Amino acid sequence: MRRQFEALPAEPDPADARKDDVDAWGRSEHLRELVRKVGRFYYERWFRVEWEGLEKIPLTGGALLIANHGGAIPADAPMIMQGIETELGRPVYGLADHWFRTVPVLGTLWNRAGGIPAHPDNAHRLLHDDGQLVLAFPEGAKGPSKPRSERYQLRRFGRGGFVETAMRAGVPVVPIAVLGAEEAMPMLFKIPVLGKALGMPYVPVTINHLLLGPVLGTLVYLPAKFRFRVLDPVIFDVEPALERYPLSRVVKEADAIRQRVQDELCDMLAGRASVWFG
Amino acid sequence: MGRRILLTGLDTFWGGKVAAALEKNPEVEMILGMGTGEPSIGLERTEYVRAEQSYSLLERIVSSTEVDTIVHTFLVVDSTRTSGRDLHEVNVIGTMNLLAAAGAPGSSVRHVVVKSSTVVYGAGPKDPAWFAEDTPRSRPPRTRLERSLTEVETYVRDFADDNPDILVTVLRFANVLGASVETPISRNLARGMFPAVAGYDPQIQFVEEDDVVRCFELVVRERVPGVFNVAADGCLPWSQVARLAGAWRLRLPPLFTREAAAPLVRLNLLDLPPELEDLLRFGRGVDTTSLKGLGFRFDTTSAGTVELFARAGRLSQPVGDRVACHSYDSDLEAFFRHSPAVVRRRS
Repeated sequence: MRRQFEALPAEPDPADARKDDVDAWGRSEHLRELVRKVGRFYYERWFRVEWEGLEKIPLTGGALLIANHGGAIPADAPMIMQGIETELGRPVYGLADHWFRTVPVLGTLWNRAGGIPAHPDNAHRLLHDDGQLVLAFPEGAKGPSKPRSERYQLRRFGRGGFVETAMRAGVPVVPIAVLGAEEAMPMLFKIPVLGKALGMPYVPVTINHLLLGPVLGTLVYLPAKFRFRVLDPVIFDVEPALERYPLSRVVKEADAIRQRVQDELCDMLAGRASVWFG
Repeated sequence: MGRRILLTGLDTFWGGKVAAALEKNPEVEMILGMGTGEPSIGLERTEYVRAEQSYSLLERIVSSTEVDTIVHTFLVVDSTRTSGRDLHEVNVIGTMNLLAAAGAPGSSVRHVVVKSSTVVYGAGPKDPAWFAEDTPRSRPPRTRLERSLTEVETYVRDFADDNPDILVTVLRFANVLGASVETPISRNLARGMFPAVAGYDPQIQFVEEDDVVRCFELVVRERVPGVFNVAADGCLPWSQVARLAGAWRLRLPPLFTREAAAPLVRLNLLDLPPELEDLLRFGRGVDTTSLKGLGFRFDTTSAGTVELFARAGRLSQPVGDRVACHSYDSDLEAFFRHSPAVVRRRS
């Protein structure tokens, strides 16, 4: 059973003796700034990100952004966050597997850079109480861990939890179709034994690894052209803050959104002349 | 008739301060404090009985004093200073006996307040950033203390179900800091050396000791039943806690943390109960919407709590306990209470 939160506005911390800028979610605006500076090279020069329909992302209030997830170590999340934060000036909180939290150093950096463990309660608070933009990948680890041959074939959108979260918080779902991330780091195969031993969702071996070796291959992406297409926001005509929503409705909505993203991806793929130059 | 209150753990920080706060309420006719040692602060009119919490004794005390409220603060949340057996005896068995006495046939008890801790939520990677009162743990209890407090809460829940005419309040406190309370965290901070797990910088929530006492006072006065998280607004990263408190962070390795810390723990240079190990990795935040719904407002934020603690620490360095905030002498107290030489004005 989960609690319902009253419609209280997010209270600013009065007389807070904080000495740096880490917020209650662990996000640091200083570190975001730094990440954006580094990310700018990738965003502008390397992936040459282009947006379509950026104006569909709301400038105020909470919204749940969802996208397809691709590439063995996905570059889509940081690029979407980078894009929205620089172009719209709104912070984005990225939901991800709680596995990050267990990794020393990386976990802390991830959290400071706006990464939040994907727990329904966290999403609800961010969307409803704080009115923030939240980025989620409903495919979860199934998206990036699929083999190269199945690129741009969307996996199951979890159990539709993202729809329920948006319904409960009373916010729109804004789907984003991402083109290019799959080719930036194509998966060859996984090493399940190593994944299990390290407690990681999966351990990939990529084309980048073949070309550049184990270390550089993990850090350097192939310069695929990135295109983000923002689809029309989905506003659910349901009462917010309910304990449960009809399963049939949730599953139907999740399937419909998945199908729309898939259709747009097919359209974008059909119109793409080159993987590298778009 | 005014309120008649039985308070356990009078000799601890919690009990003493809460009794002192309750004394100020004119509606309270009588406070009887129980403890295993001498009370540590001066109390005006609290009666004191030194007793173990065995059932037969508690049952006699409850029935003969006709208390209507029991404030149960005698629960150990510091597992470094107590053996596993004592922890179990005090927390689980003590609570069991107390609740049995409170629920005995013909009992006059109408309200039971139990002190618990946010330790019952644990700390793990799958946790939400903020626990509400009904958010379940993400994994089973891992340490002795977590197990013992979980058991205590189960007893309290069953008691509430079995006795619908008795109000039951559970207060789950976050890490308490203050000038007088002593916890593993406060001892570490006071030493100026603070354990941390390298590579982790979790979000931690605190609560100031005066807010703790006010909260007790509120639920007793207003007789509010339910489970409430008690934690100050905001979370702050461990690194910032250390900076505010002026403590140096000793970075322990993420693997074999306990083994690495063992020599220092042995030498009493570090306090590292198993609960703290998890907290130092994953942190914990709790939602206090329900408590605020009662109209309770915290005077101090989490960061402010650490600042206040640091101030108290800086003060005590030069002057120590000489500027005694709680000068208490039991003989003198007995003299003031019982000697015919003391003029008593009836109000």
